[in-house]
Amino acid sequence: MNIFKQELKMIRNSVITWSVSLLLMLFVFMSIYSSFADSSAILNETLAQMPKELLIAFGLNSVDMSAVLGYYSFIFLFCQICMAVQASNYGFGLVSLEERDMTADFLLAKPVKRSSIMTSKLLAAFSGLTITNLVVWAGSFIFINLFKAGRSYDTNTLVVLLSSIVIFQLFFLTVGILISLFMKKVRNVTPLSMALAFGMYIVSAFGSMLGDVKLENITPFKHFEPGYMISHAAYNMPLVMISISVIVISVVGSYLLYAKRNILSAV
Amino acid sequence: MSIIEVKQLTKFFGKTKGIENVSFNVEDGEIFGFIGPNGAGKSTTIRLFLGLIHPTSGEAKIFGKDCIQYGPEIRQDIGYLPSEVFYYDHMKVMDLLKYSASFYKKDCTERTCELANIMELDLKRRIDDLSYGNRKKVGIVQGLLHQPKLILLDEPTSGLDPLMQQKFFNLIREENKRGATIFFSSHILGEVQKMCNRVAIIKEGSIINVQDIKSLQDENYKKIKVTSDNLDEKKFNLPGVTKLERHNGAVNFFYRGDINVIMRLISAQDVSDVTIEEPTLEEIFLHYYE
Repeated sequence: MNIFKQELKMIRNSVITWSVSLLLMLFVFMSIYSSFADSSAILNETLAQMPKELLIAFGLNSVDMSAVLGYYSFIFLFCQICMAVQASNYGFGLVSLEERDMTADFLLAKPVKRSSIMTSKLLAAFSGLTITNLVVWAGSFIFINLFKAGRSYDTNTLVVLLSSIVIFQLFFLTVGILISLFMKKVRNVTPLSMALAFGMYIVSAFGSMLGDVKLENITPFKHFEPGYMISHAAYNMPLVMISISVIVISVVGSYLLYAKRNILSAV
Repeated sequence: MSIIEVKQLTKFFGKTKGIENVSFNVEDGEIFGFIGPNGAGKSTTIRLFLGLIHPTSGEAKIFGKDCIQYGPEIRQDIGYLPSEVFYYDHMKVMDLLKYSASFYKKDCTERTCELANIMELDLKRRIDDLSYGNRKKVGIVQGLLHQPKLILLDEPTSGLDPLMQQKFFNLIREENKRGATIFFSSHILGEVQKMCNRVAIIKEGSIINVQDIKSLQDENYKKIKVTSDNLDEKKFNLPGVTKLERHNGAVNFFYRGDINVIMRLISAQDVSDVTIEEPTLEEIFLHYYE
């Protein structure tokens, strides 16, 4: 419990920053929805003239931008990218930051099992991500209802969309931890989390452009593609199972690797 | 009962040797010195004790239990002061000490305040505002606040001013009187000689010798330099003298034996200058076991 509290304290500011940024983004994008929807005819016409590959890359091929959720799914993709970076940040930094800053010497010399350290840290990072998750839930419902301009939307579909966040975050969190444990030393977390988050996004975007089925199946951006979830009001279950399997493997692998890890000294 | 039992302990980092076939015992209530130059494997050995790194082969037991298998259990009674202290920068000293205490099954508040008082540590300051010496003090208090049965010190005095060093040594002696066993790693021969009952000498990852500090002092080398215009160095060629050489009008040699003998010999000469000093550790390693 003491480690959990300490870990939460350490990510508190970051959780607040990410949550507020996401809230602001939701507000700004949703607030211009009504003017968007009013000129939807022109918008859809413009979109139709754009190259198909570009539309696919941004997930705009299968949605009606004038509908509330069609428009929202576009924002949701941005939320996904942000949350992917945030979750990867916590994942890559979870144990590597203590090693880089040498505080691992302090913590691991205490009478506590490495598995308990990992559990406390995982739970703390997950709690932080859940706070952000809940903020996105609240922000989405509030701003959609505030700015929907009299149009209706299917609440169920929105719930499906938002419920996907948990697994999506866990994917990046756990994969981040696993990769960091394969590395001898992590000097800087941000480039790694950017690479993982944007890398996964690009694979999803370009994968659909190339029509290469195999490649895009590895990325949660594909598993939880907003366009798919909105048009089906359901998940693409076979793909979601890939995400869940990766999470399970990453968690098990992380515990095993951390138990055997050599904590190297400063010199 | 031996508090620490090390048998054929070996650690390789990839192909780089950390330590190899290290074996020794530390008995209950001892102050055990562990001395060697930088990079000899002192920290590696301590990190193996703490389970921070895993042995390639061999084993280390503390309180009769394997360091890896029973790590969390034995660490309940170990206090560790690392050579370089790094703590969560944004925390206040008090918060860090409280966090440290929260891992132990006893109330450490009183002892924490006591130690902070002795070491003159301001508990209200933030750790990132502290100087190196003050951080070191945080490390000392943090390592002792749970009244451990075994105290592992990894070059503990670096960064402390002489006054604080004295206070620290007194503190360690008190802990030892209370019943704690001390494992004292250092590259400074003097402080080990002052503190320890027995000493293990480690060089390039292997233990060269384990011996009583008393016999080490009896066999103590002195580094002697006699300056004189016309002096025949052959006069100093007597038993106990090694590395006798003449250099720039001065005679240099190492001497081991009755100091009176060499003093009488020097006083019989017409000399312009004499220095007698402790050899550096490197010089001991070069000459001690010839």
